[in-house]
Amino acid sequence: MRVVVDLNRCQAYAQCCYAAPERFVLQGDEILAYDPAPPAAERAAIDRAVQACPVRAIRVEHDGPAERAA
Amino acid sequence: MRDGTIVVAGASLAGLHGAEALRRGGFAGRLILVGDEPHRPYDRPPLSKHVLTGEVDAGATTLPGVGTLDAEWRLGVPAAGLDRAGRALLLADGTRLPFDRLLIATGARARPWPQADEARLSGVHTLRGRDDAAALAAGLAARPGRVLILGAGFIGGEVASSIRALGLPVTVVDPEPAPLARALGRVLGGFMAGRMEASGVDLRPGARVARLEGDGAGRVRAAHLADGGTIEADLVVVALGAVRNTAWLAGSGLSADEGGLSCDGACRALDEAGRPDEAIFAAGDVARFPHPLYGGRPVALEHWGNAVAQGAHAARAMLDGPEAAGAYAELPAFWSSQFGLNIKSLGLTEEADAVAIVQGDPRTGRFLAVYGREGRTIAAVAVNAGRWLPAYEAPIRDGAPFPPITGGADQPSPAPVPPGLPSAQAA
Ligand SMILES: Cc1cc2nc3c(=O)[nH]c(=O)nc-3n(C[C@H](O)[C@H](O)[C@H](O)COP(=O)(O)OP(=O)(O)OC[C@H]3O[C@@H](n4cnc5c(N)ncnc54)[C@H](O)[C@@H]3O)c2cc1C
Ligand code: SF4
Repeated sequence: MRVVVDLNRCQAYAQCCYAAPERFVLQGDEILAYDPAPPAAERAAIDRAVQACPVRAIRVEHDGPAERAA
Repeated sequence: MRDGTIVVAGASLAGLHGAEALRRGGFAGRLILVGDEPHRPYDRPPLSKHVLTGEVDAGATTLPGVGTLDAEWRLGVPAAGLDRAGRALLLADGTRLPFDRLLIATGARARPWPQADEARLSGVHTLRGRDDAAALAAGLAARPGRVLILGAGFIGGEVASSIRALGLPVTVVDPEPAPLARALGRVLGGFMAGRMEASGVDLRPGARVARLEGDGAGRVRAAHLADGGTIEADLVVVALGAVRNTAWLAGSGLSADEGGLSCDGACRALDEAGRPDEAIFAAGDVARFPHPLYGGRPVALEHWGNAVAQGAHAARAMLDGPEAAGAYAELPAFWSSQFGLNIKSLGLTEEADAVAIVQGDPRTGRFLAVYGREGRTIAAVAVNAGRWLPAYEAPIRDGAPFPPITGGADQPSPAPVPPGLPSAQAA
């Protein structure tokens, strides 16, 4: 899975951190650290994070069939 | 245009977003992305931040979109030249790729240490790509006795922050009087200097490294300062800014140099006489374009958001023509994170003649600074105050009077002071 966050847009609302706490964390007051390559098993949590972000800053692409097989 | 062949030179952020926008816009023809790196497009901002601290793997930042993009990839082979009359891109392996439209998105590279023999010493690093980040991370894993960073710009600061997080001793040398002074001025730079020193950085503003010295085995061991001092360091990061990847365009007749490839507001590349080439476009770090908000002054940005937006703008201009696309006028925006601070900027601070802290207070580590020029608002920078920033977008776009009238009871008096930018000093 590939994830990128538009950190110009991100306003550190931390909704993603509640939705997928293993993959998104706020460091200090408003620095968002995230895993750009979460395991496929976390798909549901990552999708929740994408949906939860109030400014639509998170983009995800799920693995294609070839990657899933690998 | 919806058919034919579009070639993208440079397979990174701007190239990917341009290519995706072409498909979104209905381009049904052949789409080829050429990249000199062997990697599919990946994200660079984490490379100086969470990759160096070990929280993210250097190879993990491949960008979403690469999996579903309907395109042919030519990776690991550089574009070596351009046949403009014949409308073909020439690759280093001898391949000739004819195109109907070409998007040039070859970005920039780290400016190398000028003395080539010293730059080759083992332990001397630059940081631009994921392989650089992996090499630097490996060097840090060997726990060097001291890391020396040449340059206190954004990348130098982020690298210093990451390396302090690893607990390693760091010295930062920069000829300017304060870190980030070239971008943000000495007022904010002075605040950053305090943060860096509180984090344990040995900061040497106003100093210049004249020479790097190797040991007998070809490994760097020290740097000699212009004023005679010596700093012993077994790992050196050269963070002296970027140069645009335009050398391969030499002889093409396009107006290009180390500062960028000139283009017009519709992203069309300009020839040496300043005429737009109808078939060749540029986007991202490589593009030098007239910004309508700043008097049409040509600017070349090194901002993630610009690569994304300009790639998409070039695609629109390719598909629907320059008139339909209009002039690219995205408000420049970037972020940086270092020393626990989230720094976000809107507009261009260069050429500012005054700065005012209008919200918050540097003493609390949370504030917003507005930059003005000749009584107009031109830029704003938020430090750990990202949510205050969007309110300044309209004043910057409108060139609202500076200093802005805010008047909140908890706000300091926004007495403007000179920002201490090198350009303003010279003026
Ligand atoms: C370490 C680091 C941290 C950053 N942090 C931030 C940040 O926090 N915030 C922010 O806003 N911006 C940041 N940036 C800037 C941002 O990453 C860039 O603005 C962005 O990558 C520009 O994208 P681009 O596609 O225009 O160029 P690039 O990403 O430079 O990509 C150009 C691509 O073209 C390739 N290429 C070059 N010459 C040729 C050739 N002749 N033929 C084929 N391919 C070629 C290059 O190898 C590269 O793959 C950072 C950059 C770096 C390096
Ligand atoms: S939910 Fe969105 S805005 Fe909030 S921290 Fe996550 S990415 Fe940023």
